Amino acid sequence: MNLAIDVRGINKHFGDKHVVKDLSLQVREGEIYGFLGPNGSGKTTSIRMICGLLTPDSGEGTCLGYDVLNDNVEIKKYVGYMTQKFSLWDDLTIAENLDFVARMFGMQQRKKAVDQALDELGLSARRNQLAGTLSGGWKQRLSLASCLLHNPKLLLLDEPTAGVDPKARRDFWEEIHRLSSAGITILVTTHYMDEAERCHRLAYIAYGNLLANGTADEIVAAQKLETWVVSGAGVHSQVTALRVLPSVEQVTTFGTALHVSGRDGGTMGAAISQFCAAHSLKAELGNSSLEDAFIHLMRNTRDQFEE
Amino acid sequence: MLQHMRRMTLHRWLGIVIKEFIQLKRDRLTFGMILGIPIIQLMIFGFAINSDPKHLPTVVLLNESSAFTRDYVSAMRNSDYFDLLGTANTESEADNLLERGDVQFVVTFPLDFERKLIRGERPEILVQADATDPVAAAGALSVLNHIGNEVFTQDMPGFRPPASGSLIDLRVHKLYNPEGITAYNIVPGLIGVILTMTMVLMTGLAMTRERERGTFENLLATPATPMEVMTGKLVPYILIGLIQVTVILILARFVFHVPMLGSLWLLYGVVLVFILANLALGITFSSIARNQLQAMQMTFFFFLPSILLSGFMFPFRGMPQWAQVIGNALPLTHFLQLVRGILLKGNGLGLMFHHIWPLLLFIVVVLGVGLKTFRRTLD
Ligand SMILES: Nc1ncnc2c1ncn2[C@@H]1O[C@H](COP(=O)(O)OP(=O)(O)OP(=O)(O)O)[C@@H](O)[C@H]1O
Ligand SMILES: [Mg+2]
Repeated sequence: MNLAIDVRGINKHFGDKHVVKDLSLQVREGEIYGFLGPNGSGKTTSIRMICGLLTPDSGEGTCLGYDVLNDNVEIKKYVGYMTQKFSLWDDLTIAENLDFVARMFGMQQRKKAVDQALDELGLSARRNQLAGTLSGGWKQRLSLASCLLHNPKLLLLDEPTAGVDPKARRDFWEEIHRLSSAGITILVTTHYMDEAERCHRLAYIAYGNLLANGTADEIVAAQKLETWVVSGAGVHSQVTALRVLPSVEQVTTFGTALHVSGRDGGTMGAAISQFCAAHSLKAELGNSSLEDAFIHLMRNTRDQFEE
Repeated sequence: MLQHMRRMTLHRWLGIVIKEFIQLKRDRLTFGMILGIPIIQLMIFGFAINSDPKHLPTVVLLNESSAFTRDYVSAMRNSDYFDLLGTANTESEADNLLERGDVQFVVTFPLDFERKLIRGERPEILVQADATDPVAAAGALSVLNHIGNEVFTQDMPGFRPPASGSLIDLRVHKLYNPEGITAYNIVPGLIGVILTMTMVLMTGLAMTRERERGTFENLLATPATPMEVMTGKLVPYILIGLIQVTVILILARFVFHVPMLGSLWLLYGVVLVFILANLALGITFSSIARNQLQAMQMTFFFFLPSILLSGFMFPFRGMPQWAQVIGNALPLTHFLQLVRGILLKGNGLGLMFHHIWPLLLFIVVVLGVGLKTFRRTLD
């Protein structure tokens, strides 16, 4: 299978801050690749390096077969990049923005493409509204439409659904899957677990380090976590007490229950059973979720890098 | 620069031009500035600005060489007001120097000067002064009269000045602006000052604005080249500059009654070159600066010497040498000579080329720096 993105050992510093460390990322053609990580972990910086908006300090790689260090003019022609912050022109109308982008990509049938995009967006009636006056969710949709205009082969979407309502978010992901089945490769960053689970494969980055990658199941399995689901009356007042039990590494709230996870299943299981019996709580062995795995990854790296 | 040209395509360039026009159209404040600045400045600078310049470039035309003329010339040299560049051999050579603006004065001594002086016949000394800049001429002229009496009474002890008060007859021909009206000088100069201020400032903000609003990232993600972006952003401002010049010229003609001797076509041609020079600088500032504030600071850093050292505020030839060197690197200096030459002297292109090529050189150098420093990435 061909790789749409194949970068190896990429580094980026801002001043003396090492923001992306030896990043290697392989994204296959046509797949939806989720890019996750806490705030400031270097996701946006990595994406910018992939599409040639930032120059890596070291490393090498290709994007759509073009060299990321030297061919960024070519790369730009075939990549649709949706920035994290709305970056279309507030003082141009919706139609003018699309028309401008179409001109920049030298599209042949510009008018038709713009009209069609407006139609699909459902914004034909508001084509003469200034982009700056759109609501957040509509701005996101307009941005997506504008980076799809030139029929890119690769979409780089930086938190495309931040601040978007659930219905629009679902529509958005349906669109993403439609594009993917049409053969477009998609790299998407998100902080939502449900969105992460909709990706074909994932990468998790923290403090500039790529910590895990693979399918959601692979990532969860790799953490070798055992997770107990603890429920019952007054369970939420026992969080602190549970945390200090032997071998318990993390306690997270999931609705009415708590997820208690750790890698040493034997010791932890015994301690939890004993604790729950004493406090008349219910405890059963559950499946570790992706979220459990990410929280675990994040805690471990924090211990590792923050000291 | 060639490698930038090659990748340039018309549709992308046109796209940028159209976008800039639309954005400008929606920016009411800028639009107000475009018309407001020229009108307000013209009114403010209606006043004369005074000074007493020295070391004005002068040539003498000696039709006779005698002890008297030599003493007179050396007294001129000692007075600090004149910078004697040499002697002209013929009248036409002297006229040519005046026309080109190389000298401020031509002082001509007639034949039989010595004989007439001794006989008390009050020989004439002809002073031709370039009065397009009337302030510059005034102080120096009064000195010439004074020198005459001093030198000749010293040379001929016992010789008393005649009752009329003067041994010589100083004939002053003020050329180009005989009445010495300051508005004639200031108003054409204002064209240059206003263009410098608005053109550099507005384009200076052009790129940094995109950077600050975050739209630069989107622009960078498209295949648009630096050359397309930079030159495309300039086009609307060329039009603005031409509108401003027209407003000023109309006011100059009908409010200040400034004469317009030369060709208007030539004037607009020169204006266009000058506008390009300022736009090139503005867009270069804009690509060097990190934010709008920095672009603004760079503009004012450039604007100050332009006003002070170009010959707009103080007569150029009265400035110390170092200031003239700086002044010569500024587009406004050359533009002032060009505008005054066209409007007040009626000069044609041939006489002015030595002020045009510095402008062209400025454009090439500055735009080159701009393209070099244009950041194709967000680094
Ligand atoms: N242009 C820049 N100059 C200096 N530091 C920068 C620059 N851009 C990013 N950084 C720093 O690099 C680090 C990584 O930033 P980046 O935007 O890549 O994170 P992110 O993973 O996208 O975060 P988020 O989820 O909040 O969007 C941050 O600490 C940020 O402050
Ligand atoms: Mg980000």
